[in-house]
Amino acid sequence: MTEFVEIWSYLAETPLLWLAATLLAYLAGDTLAARLGRAPLANPVLVAVVILAVLLWLTGTSYETYFDGAQFVHFLLGPATVALAVPLWVHRRAARRALLPVLAGLVAGSVVAVLSALAIGHAMGLSPALLATLAPKSTTAPVALGIAQTLGGSPTLAAVLVIVTGIIGAIIVTPLMNAMRIRDWRARGLAVGVAAHGIGTARALQVHPRAGAFAAIGMALNAVLTALLAPWALGLFG
Amino acid sequence: MIHALAVILICQLAGETLVRLLGLPAPGPVLGMALIFALMLASPRVAALVRPVAEAILRHLSLLFVPAGVGVVGHLSLLGSDALALGVALVVSTVLALAAGVLGFVAVARLTGAGDEPRND
Repeated sequence: MTEFVEIWSYLAETPLLWLAATLLAYLAGDTLAARLGRAPLANPVLVAVVILAVLLWLTGTSYETYFDGAQFVHFLLGPATVALAVPLWVHRRAARRALLPVLAGLVAGSVVAVLSALAIGHAMGLSPALLATLAPKSTTAPVALGIAQTLGGSPTLAAVLVIVTGIIGAIIVTPLMNAMRIRDWRARGLAVGVAAHGIGTARALQVHPRAGAFAAIGMALNAVLTALLAPWALGLFG
Repeated sequence: MIHALAVILICQLAGETLVRLLGLPAPGPVLGMALIFALMLASPRVAALVRPVAEAILRHLSLLFVPAGVGVVGHLSLLGSDALALGVALVVSTVLALAAGVLGFVAVARLTGAGDEPRND
């Protein structure tokens, strides 16, 4: 028993343990998702997060200790965003042909995301600071943090709302699009990239390559559009 | 593979630098994505070099959101008494945004005749 405690206290100090745990939890989530035929609710991010949160709680590990290991995975978000140029390049002809529909979907999705979130939050009595935090929730995390801060909201809470929005979008998109009888993969992908940033794009890449390419376009363009749109939209509810 | 990673990291670095220099309203990696896209259009050699490595990274894009997602769990208590209002706002606005985005795309695709290609590329 003392040996186990010694080994544990050694491993708990190195990044190795929680890096390995992150990969294993994701593999468990991904395997479960594959077994269930990529059922929307079996979202690999959601499953892995729940497994790891329970593990951290059971072992009394702080998020700081966890992140010492997980930061190596987290770091790859930047290079992966750059890498999204590749599906865009593969589908460049389809993207050029669909320039006008892309812009229409972008503006419609982005405006509705910001305005409807603010209208609902306002009607349910959220404070101005919380509305400023909520406004950029559909865009990618680094942009949302900056917008929330500029508008007088909380960057930490903005990051939470962004991640939760991404998971909601990734779970809802397939049943919603099927119910709406939308069969155009370009439209489905663009919409989820605009509404649910990178997590939605990850889902789109798993469902169909062309949806993934258009999701990457939607995510990238909405990062810029939300930055321009959010201050104006917040002014309407100020 | 190292060459491709170097190209990707250099584009991200250039993106981060330009965003800070010019005060642009986009994150560095998104500008890096635009830069590498331009490089790939200009040079088929760069495109062939980067493609397999980028596709390998993107195959498990979901994994990269897990550390941030675990961080969210610890902050859920921050939502406090506003959790219900925020939850309703997030779910409803995400459904509405998805519907608006897809309908906007489909409507203009029909108007401009930019229909979906039948083949799967």
